[in-house]
Amino acid sequence: MIDKFVRSVAEAMAGIKDGSTVIVAGFAQVGEPRALVDGLIEQGAKELTVVHNTAGRGREGVARLIGEGRVRKIICSFARSRGSVLFEEVYARGDIELEIVPQGTLAERIRAGGAGIPAFFTPTGGGTLLARGKETRVIDGRECVLEQAIRGDVALVEAWRADRWGNLVYRDAGRNFNPVAAAAGELTIVQTQNVAELGELTPETIVTPGVYVNRIVHVPSGDPPVVIN
Amino acid sequence: MANWKPWTREELAAKAASDIPEGWSVNLGIGIPTLIGNYIPTDREVILHSENGIVGMGPAPAPEQLNPWLVNASRQHVTLVTGASYMNHADSFGMVRGRHLDLCVLGGFQVAENGDLANWSRSENDRAPAIGGAMDLAVGAKRIWVVMEHTTKNGEKRILRRCTYPLTATACVKRVYTDLAVIDVTDKGFVVIDMVPGMTIGDLQALGDAPLHQA
Repeated sequence: MIDKFVRSVAEAMAGIKDGSTVIVAGFAQVGEPRALVDGLIEQGAKELTVVHNTAGRGREGVARLIGEGRVRKIICSFARSRGSVLFEEVYARGDIELEIVPQGTLAERIRAGGAGIPAFFTPTGGGTLLARGKETRVIDGRECVLEQAIRGDVALVEAWRADRWGNLVYRDAGRNFNPVAAAAGELTIVQTQNVAELGELTPETIVTPGVYVNRIVHVPSGDPPVVIN
Repeated sequence: MANWKPWTREELAAKAASDIPEGWSVNLGIGIPTLIGNYIPTDREVILHSENGIVGMGPAPAPEQLNPWLVNASRQHVTLVTGASYMNHADSFGMVRGRHLDLCVLGGFQVAENGDLANWSRSENDRAPAIGGAMDLAVGAKRIWVVMEHTTKNGEKRILRRCTYPLTATACVKRVYTDLAVIDVTDKGFVVIDMVPGMTIGDLQALGDAPLHQA
């Protein structure tokens, strides 16, 4: 019998090595696997490369991981959002490497990683500073930039419902980076708000087939914080 | 003394909204572009896209209807209209890059007469800039409109022969709505199609460094 549920966040995070590339899904605190990021902080792996849309906000989650000096490199589209104080401090000291990526290119690099496409040409960034140092090619009259796929040693995902095979459904805008992150992890770890019996999720509604998922932990943490801009 | 009055942010948003026809799929960027959504008549079916995977976005919710799981790309709580759907982030940007959106309205720092746009960084030496989705939107939508003030608060020109800030994308802007004029970007350069009352083409010309043509 396939059963990917583990009993605790600590069990879910077991074995993550120093130097790992960790994809953290979520956007604007919605669909963000906060319990797993906290678990990664507890677990202790360091020298991490973190792939996330931002460099974190406030002093929680990815921001705290950076603040505790555990991240060697961050790959993101927004390094400097309001409240990214911990990133600012660590970056000012020169203790973190930053790779800034257009948001659509970031999503596509992760998608390509999960789909076995090692690199792709995209018009995004053509003719801009971001093309510098990268291979470019004019295709159909437009300068396109060669972008490398991103594959995670680990991918951290939040689902709304999961069954024991790892079939996943997301809630509202909580889908965001989660399906592509789930597919791009060598070790894909899911925290789910709700547990479904196998067969309860109808085939038409499953967004992420369980084949992509390795470990699931039930974290009924409730609604994400209401965003105040 | 100038005898014209700039359009307000709201007037500008309403002006752009009135130019969006029924049936278009549209992405509205952060800032004044977001306001445009408030001025699209409710009986006109325009489909709003948000980069985080929403097609068919509606207005801000009443407080008692707020859904914490439903935010747009500007981190604002929003609603869905009937017929809406969700996508993942990669598919959402695939919709953008794949030229499926009729229009994207972005904020801007500078626009050049060849349609180059600068809207993400004021210096090559900015060590940790925020790009977000602007570059993908600028290369991907069928047309790009820019909404911005005609000059900076210090009077620096923004309607230029060539951008001086780092580019977001090349040759992408089709129309600029400023607080003083509406200007199309064409093969022959900038063509002024509307100005605030009292403004002359000569007045406007003095506020930018690229030649302006009259429609």
